[in-house]
Parts: sequence; C-alpha cells; structure tokens
Amino acid sequence: MLLNQFLVLGAALFAFGVYGLLVRRNVVLILLSVELMLNAVNINLIAFESYLVSAQAVGQVFAIFVITVAAAEVGIGLAIVLMIFRNRKSANVDDLSLMRW
Amino acid sequence: MSWEVDYLAIAPELIIIGSLFLVLGLDLTLPRLKKYWTATAAVAGSALALIPLAFLAVEGETISMFDGSYVVDEFALVLKGLFLVTAYIVFLMSVNYIESERYYQGEYYLLLLASVLGSLVLASARDLIVLFIGIELVTGPLYLLAGWRKGDVKSNEASLKYFILGVLSTAILLYGMSVLYGLTGEITFSGLAEATAAMPNSPALTMAVLFLIVGFGFKISAVPFHFWAPDTYEGAPTPITAYLSVNSKAAGFVAMLLVMYLALPGVSDVWAPALWALAALSMTIGNLSALRQTNIVRLLAYSSIAQAGFMLVPFAAAAVAGADLEEAFSATVIYLVIYAVMNLGAFGVVIAGARTTKSGEISDWAGLSNVDSRAAVLVAVFFFSLAGIPPLAGWFAKFVMFRSVMIAGGAATVVLAVVAAVNAVIALYYYAKVVKSVWLDDATREFPGEFDEPPAGSLRLALAISVGLTVVVGFFPALATFVADASRVIAAGG
Repeated sequence: MLLNQFLVLGAALFAFGVYGLLVRRNVVLILLSVELMLNAVNINLIAFESYLVSAQAVGQVFAIFVITVAAAEVGIGLAIVLMIFRNRKSANVDDLSLMRW
Repeated sequence: MSWEVDYLAIAPELIIIGSLFLVLGLDLTLPRLKKYWTATAAVAGSALALIPLAFLAVEGETISMFDGSYVVDEFALVLKGLFLVTAYIVFLMSVNYIESERYYQGEYYLLLLASVLGSLVLASARDLIVLFIGIELVTGPLYLLAGWRKGDVKSNEASLKYFILGVLSTAILLYGMSVLYGLTGEITFSGLAEATAAMPNSPALTMAVLFLIVGFGFKISAVPFHFWAPDTYEGAPTPITAYLSVNSKAAGFVAMLLVMYLALPGVSDVWAPALWALAALSMTIGNLSALRQTNIVRLLAYSSIAQAGFMLVPFAAAAVAGADLEEAFSATVIYLVIYAVMNLGAFGVVIAGARTTKSGEISDWAGLSNVDSRAAVLVAVFFFSLAGIPPLAGWFAKFVMFRSVMIAGGAATVVLAVVAAVNAVIALYYYAKVVKSVWLDDATREFPGEFDEPPAGSLRLALAISVGLTVVVGFFPALATFVADASRVIAAGG
C-alpha cells in the first residue's frame, strides 16, 4: 500500500501553502494558499484512511467536514476582500498598515 | 453504536438554533424601524437557553451521545453556563451600540448567535471532528463581525488580519489532527488517550502535538501567536471586542485543555514544556507591551494576552512537575470564569465611558470622575479586579492559580510562579494608570459627549450583572469553587 508518497505530497502542499501565505501580497492569492494547506490536510486524511481502513471511515468523514468548512471560510474571506476592495481599490496586504503594535 | 438523542441534553443548543432562525425571519419580515426586535429575540434566546441548563445541572447525570462524541456532563454544563451568561451580557451591551450606529442589526445578532452555538458545541465535544466544527463555528462568524463597520478602513483591517491568521491557525490545527489520526486511527478523546499512552514517543507524534498547540495558541492569542489580537480588538466594534476577548478566548482555552487533558495526557512530556513557554512568554510580553499603550482598548487587548498567560500557568506548572492535572484543570477553569466576568465589565465600562469622552485614548479619560462618577467607580472596580486586588473577584483567581502551582511543586514550576508574581505587579501599574487618569488627573479638555443622561437600560443591566458578580465572588469565593468541583467530574466521566 502506498502511504509515504501521499504523505509527502500532503506535506509538500502544506509547505507550499505556508510559503504562499507568507510571501504573497495579494489577498486572493493568500486565500488560495490557505486552500492548498487545507487540501494537504484532506490528502493526509484520505491516505491514512485507506491505509488504516477503519470501520466507520472516520478519515473520509473528517475530510468531508474539512471540505465543507473550507468552502464556508473562503466565502467569508472573499466577502472581506470585496469589502476592503470597495474602500481602498486595492487587495494588497501591504496597504493594510493603519495599526501597528 | 447508538444514535439515540437526548433532546433535553441538547436543548440549550436547540434553543439557540431556534432563536437564530427567529432572528433571521424577523430580519426578513420587519420594516427597518422595527428591526430592534431581532435584538430582543437574541437576548431572550440566550437567557431561555439557561433554563434547560439549570434542569440538567439539578439532575446532574452524565449524558453521552453519538458513541461518546458528544457528552453533557457537569463540566460541559458549567462551561455552557459561562458561554451563555457572557453571551447574554454581550448582547445587552450590543443593543444600544448597534442601534445607534446604524449597523445591520439582523445579521449582527444572527452571526453572534451562530458563534455562541459553536461555543456550546465545543463544551460538549469529545472527538476531533466535533471539536473542529465547534471551533470553526465560534470563529467563522467573528471574522465577519470584526469588520462590521464596513465603511471604516480600520475595521476592514481588523477583520482581514483576524481572518488570515485565523484560517492559518485552523489549517495548522487540522494538519496536526490529521497526523494524530494517522498515528492512532482514533478520533475520540478516550481512544486517543489510550493509543497515545501506549505508543513510544515518535517525532511524528511530537510534531502533531506541537501543531495542535500552535493552532490553539492562535485562538487564545498566546505569545508568540498574538499579533492579530491588538489590531483586531482595536478595529472591531467594542461589543465584539468584548466577545472576542472573553467568549472566543474561553472557547479556545476549553478546546485546548480538553485535548491536552482528555486526549493527550500520555504525551504530557511533549506539550508541558510548550505550554510552560507559552505561559511565561504571554505574561511577560503581554504585560510589557501593555505598559506603553495609550489606547484603552489596546491596553485591554494586551492585558487579555497577559491574562491568558496567567490562565495557562496552573496547567503548565502541573504538567511540567508531573503533578495531578485535575487540580490544575479546575484552577484554570476558575480563572477563566472570573476573568470572563470582570473583563466583560471592563469593556462594558469602556462603552459607557466612551459616550462621554468620545475617545479611546487614556489621556482623554482624565477627570471623568468629575462628570460621571458612576462610570468612574466602575472603572476602578473592574480594573482593580483585573489587577487582582481584594476584595474584588480577581484576587481569588490569582490565589487559586498560585495555590495550584504550590501544590504542583518542583523547580520549573517555582520559576513560573516567580514570573507570574513579577507580572502581577507589572500589571497593577498599567491598570492603576487608567484608574489614576480617571480619578486623580484633571480634565484637559471639555468632554464632547453627553453625560447628563444615564446610559441605556440594557447597558446598565450588563454592567450591573458584571459588577455584582465581581464583587460577590470577591467576598464569597466559595461560590466559585462549585465550578472547580464540576470541572473535576470530567476526570471520572471522561
């Protein structure tokens, strides 16, 4: 059974996601990076599930919940991006520096 | 596998769902000027949900549903009570604030009720999926609520910062959970506890646990994962800030402690040092940053970061020393409950005082006692309580914290106790600075706002509840110890 390959894929996707989130300046691209990270989690869950084969298919159920929540989260994120774009005509995170600690 | 549902046990959740739909319906049908009824529905819903809770508490049975994934025991009841009471107070604080600034009332209460529902689910969660859904239901609506002042760029920024770091933490948390599932094949807390205790320590397990801690660290805004907190607190509408600093922080704490205490007690040698570091850093950096804040909301933001550090102390200390976690667990829960009440009060008085001062700068609050002595008294009560001065409730929280550290014993815990003690003194300085500004300093200007009229009835009720609880618990700390007893039940019930 292949497991390592899928885990490596998951870890790589997750790492790309983290990198994109830190480096990208456009909010939409940041959202995409977050999606990458969440999908890395899904790959992990499904790979583990098909390796472990639990009676209740827990891993797959978990993955479905993750997909659902991820969709909701992107909905929220895009709403926020739209709101910011209306006020500033830009979706760049560097412009968001009104408050500094 | 049984699918029997005890409807009384989930009645609080059902009532919140019911009032959520009622708010939605009212918002769709009522004309604009009558939208305030949505507020009434939300306030009534959060109060009504306390009634089945009382019945369940009197019965005192542990009800386990869905194969032990959803458990209603005394511990869950205490936390649900805390979440509902604080939500009730936040709703009361919101009524006038939201109405006067012409926000979208219906959606506001809808989202806030959804968040409250999430916290109720969280208190009963005993497996990773339910826990994850609970956390997301708590924070999801808050991303939107933080940006509620749509035209205000500061509020936009607050919302976006919270959102990006929130989803990042969710992804990290989920990655940790997926690895944990892969290693053990379990998602229920009891199953995880057995599996991890029997397992040798592997790098993968260590990584999974650390990922979980990072994820939760963001949710409770512990240093070094606190960057979003001050900005989000400042930009969000003040009632939402109060909710963020109390309910959502408490929800994060509950999730973290449940996982560490119920699911991962076998690997405490991994998470104990991490929590120790989080506690020490949060207290120190939170307090030192609070010292140089001039804005009262930012000051409270950093103070809440520091308080999160204090809350972690008992648990971290007991785990590091290898002492009994039960005592520490109840100490943390007591701290959480007392903190919730006094912090809500502090934000309530910020809302009340801002009517007069129209400013969040502490220097603009100078001389408030001359024009509005009642608000000034409340400032003193809540800020001294946060500092932990007897006879206000805060002293008991700190007392319980230090006591549990002393029970745990050991060198590392003594170091943590010293850090906590030094920080308690630092904290007094900036809390007292606000009180001094309000009471002793002369007003530097005319107050622009109104101060002849008392604040709205709902805000006064919210303040009365918080000040009442703060003073009463301070004089009769025995009232708070039933919380401790209830949180001990969880060890037996699991």
